[in-house]
Amino acid sequence: MSVKLTSRQVGDVTVVDAAGRITLGEGASAFREKIRELVNNNSKKILLNLGDVSYIDSSGIGELVSGFTTVTNSGGQLKLVGLSKRVKDLLQITKLYTVFEAFDDEAQAVRSFA
Amino acid sequence: MDKIQEALESTLESVDKAEELALREAEKLGLDEDGQQQFGMAVRECMVNAVVHGNRYNSNKKVHFSIERSEERLIVTIGDEGAGFDFKSLPDPLAPENLLRQSGRGFLLMQAFVDEFDLHSRPGGGTEVRLVKNRPES
Repeated sequence: MSVKLTSRQVGDVTVVDAAGRITLGEGASAFREKIRELVNNNSKKILLNLGDVSYIDSSGIGELVSGFTTVTNSGGQLKLVGLSKRVKDLLQITKLYTVFEAFDDEAQAVRSFA
Repeated sequence: MDKIQEALESTLESVDKAEELALREAEKLGLDEDGQQQFGMAVRECMVNAVVHGNRYNSNKKVHFSIERSEERLIVTIGDEGAGFDFKSLPDPLAPENLLRQSGRGFLLMQAFVDEFDLHSRPGGGTEVRLVKNRPES
């Protein structure tokens, strides 16, 4: 299974629920397209919910970083919520926990954009 | 001792196949679920490098994959038929100036998730990587 991405609005925050695998190929491409679409639609506050993401490889991590850069360069913010222990470990190993703002709780994450 | 040796096509399907074999053998070795996934990821990252950067998806080139399981450990070797490269010249993905680079984290993850990592690359002679995972102490 590749990744499934659905978005919803919580106030002025766009929450993107991701489920499946973000890996080289379809998963990473789908993620890139979704971020591009949101930025083109002028979404400035994007919360990526990785709660149902079972697996991310280095290409998927690369897409997260690229998405972060794209959103930031357009004047927006991209934050993370719902990271599994495995994804947290990957962010630790790659030192990307110093780049991404990550939350355990969605309500808290949404409030942080205010 | 069980050994599987295959010449795989330079495709992403081969990446999935090698990862599945690694996951299966990691379970047989007795790794827990996290250990299995970590070893699977190390093999996946190595296969991606061989297919994408080494053989560049060239259908005339093979990825030489082997996995060997003994009582004590798993040994995977993955060799490509690419141009080879200088491992030491790769940028450090943990350097502050490189943190926002889109790529370059594969070797970091491989090394994080195995007990032994060896890489031999020769200009024009391809690259071979050996990944070793030991049986966990009970």
